Amino acid sequence: MSMGAEFRPQPLRAAHTRRLQYHLSFWTRYLALAVLAFAVLYPLIYTFLASFMTAEEAGRFPPPVFPENFYLGNFVTALELAPIPRFLWNSLIMAGAVMLGQLVTCSMAAYAFSFIRFRGKTVLFTAFLSTMMIPWEVTVIPNYLTIKALGWMDSFPGLIVPFLASAFGVFLLRQLFLQLPKELMEAARMDGCGHSRIFLQIVLPLGRPALATLGVYTFLNTWNSYLWPLLVTNREEMRTVQIGITMLQWEESMSWNLVLSGVSMVLLPSLLILVFGLKQLVRGITAGAVKG
Amino acid sequence: METGQEVLKSKNVRYHAQAGQRAGGTSMSIAALKEELAAYVFLAPSLVLFGIFIFYPMLQSIYLSLHVTDPQGRVARFVGLQNYTGLFASPLFYESLKVTGQFILYTVPTTIVLALLLAVLTHHSLPGIRGFQLIFSLPVAVSVGTAAVIWLQLFHPNVGMLNRFLGLAGADPVFWLSDPQKAMISVSIVTVWMNLGFVYIVLLGGLKAIPDDIFDSLAVDGAGPLRAYGKVILPLLSPSLFFIAIVSVIGSFQAFGQFHILTKGGPMNKTNVLVYQIYQDAFVNYRFGTGSAQALVLFAVILVLTVIQFRFVERKVHYQ
Repeated sequence: MSMGAEFRPQPLRAAHTRRLQYHLSFWTRYLALAVLAFAVLYPLIYTFLASFMTAEEAGRFPPPVFPENFYLGNFVTALELAPIPRFLWNSLIMAGAVMLGQLVTCSMAAYAFSFIRFRGKTVLFTAFLSTMMIPWEVTVIPNYLTIKALGWMDSFPGLIVPFLASAFGVFLLRQLFLQLPKELMEAARMDGCGHSRIFLQIVLPLGRPALATLGVYTFLNTWNSYLWPLLVTNREEMRTVQIGITMLQWEESMSWNLVLSGVSMVLLPSLLILVFGLKQLVRGITAGAVKG
Repeated sequence: METGQEVLKSKNVRYHAQAGQRAGGTSMSIAALKEELAAYVFLAPSLVLFGIFIFYPMLQSIYLSLHVTDPQGRVARFVGLQNYTGLFASPLFYESLKVTGQFILYTVPTTIVLALLLAVLTHHSLPGIRGFQLIFSLPVAVSVGTAAVIWLQLFHPNVGMLNRFLGLAGADPVFWLSDPQKAMISVSIVTVWMNLGFVYIVLLGGLKAIPDDIFDSLAVDGAGPLRAYGKVILPLLSPSLFFIAIVSVIGSFQAFGQFHILTKGGPMNKTNVLVYQIYQDAFVNYRFGTGSAQALVLFAVILVLTVIQFRFVERKVHYQ
């Protein structure tokens, strides 16, 4: 930066006021951060607080901000009203299977695009990337009809199979695989290793951080998906949490604290995943954004 | 043999060429062929799945959009471009387009500006800053479904907290979701909150990629924060900003869950975005033909907007 050239030693007084300004801005920054953090967190705080309110408190006008005691009855009633453990299980199976499936298909494709030479590589890679441009609205109607024709409505294959491949995943893993040391791969080739051995014994172990990134990202995304599970599930026992939780809404007309206790139970796993997987997630998102 | 390998290595010729060199011309093509075969084995799972669930549906959408279907989705008869002409003659379709544009204008700039502010405030290492970074990333873990249900309660005209706080401030209650003038703003608030985490993570990553000495030299210069950020940091951040703008616009075009839970397109179609209209046509009224036609029109709109963004905005993006 050329501005460095303008640097001049400053008199002591100026330095003193600058330090004062610095401290001021230090505390105003924290104050601003605290206010903003509260605003961002409030909907979640509210959800957890409201889950502990009794029906009487919830019906009061004006509504109380804090519950009087930690009343656990809502959780019990919510669990009785809706099969929330079943919803959680369905979501877990769906998100887990999609995550594992994508790790397999994407790492294989990414390996081919990173380390194998073949004709039409560029064309094929461009075709893969271009699928990221196709919005789901265009594919959702035919896919729904396909799943229906296959008799996969209200089933795990219907929830899972359409999402087992991902262009984003291939792209992300390729970016990260290409950063692995090439010498290692070439040395293995010299030793007569085939692609499958290099893939399984060198690239996958070395690419673990990249796989973790894709895994966390895919799991969260699938766990949170809304439209597809809404379309392909009708029976209650096949609903995922995201759809199931909105059903609490319609069952009891006005017990909003009950609904929110259900929401709390659903939120907790995702928040935990985020807290533990934030590093991987951040790396994945920024790898796509900064380098892409 | 050893020197031969050295030469090949230095020329950066790949392994299969080396194998070929050793064994002669014909086996080289066999090695290359094996290489190609390996590539397609590795690509096969993705190719098959893409074929069935992306490329085939793409074509099938075009086919459906030229037909009328029965409620089972079976094609009843060919109608040519009638689905499209019907669309462009319907005031409801233009209303949807308008409302969709409104939604994008309300959500995309707001989210980016807010997230940028948060990223700028939290990218220096100060004590406790990691906690703030976690808090501002949290919305990323909240799904559309849960976010919309939570805000549905916050927006409730009588027992909702937003009106409670407005009441404490002496303001009149607002009918967040049932007032036609306010509904889109309310859904936008939810959407901004939901998307904040993702945009924040991207912009924070972008800021962290800017070398520290640039910030240091700005501080030494005594450049005010506005000048420093406006003149120096923003241009350096422009690749991230550009990426997030594209992704956000595409994402807004596809927003569905919050409309489905909060407003169902109402009141008076004021939140009937294109995607919600498609859902209604295809999955409520089982008119898969018009649904597909609208989906393709939407696709074209997104495509054109993205191309425009790349053509005209990317020129101003400063890649290092």
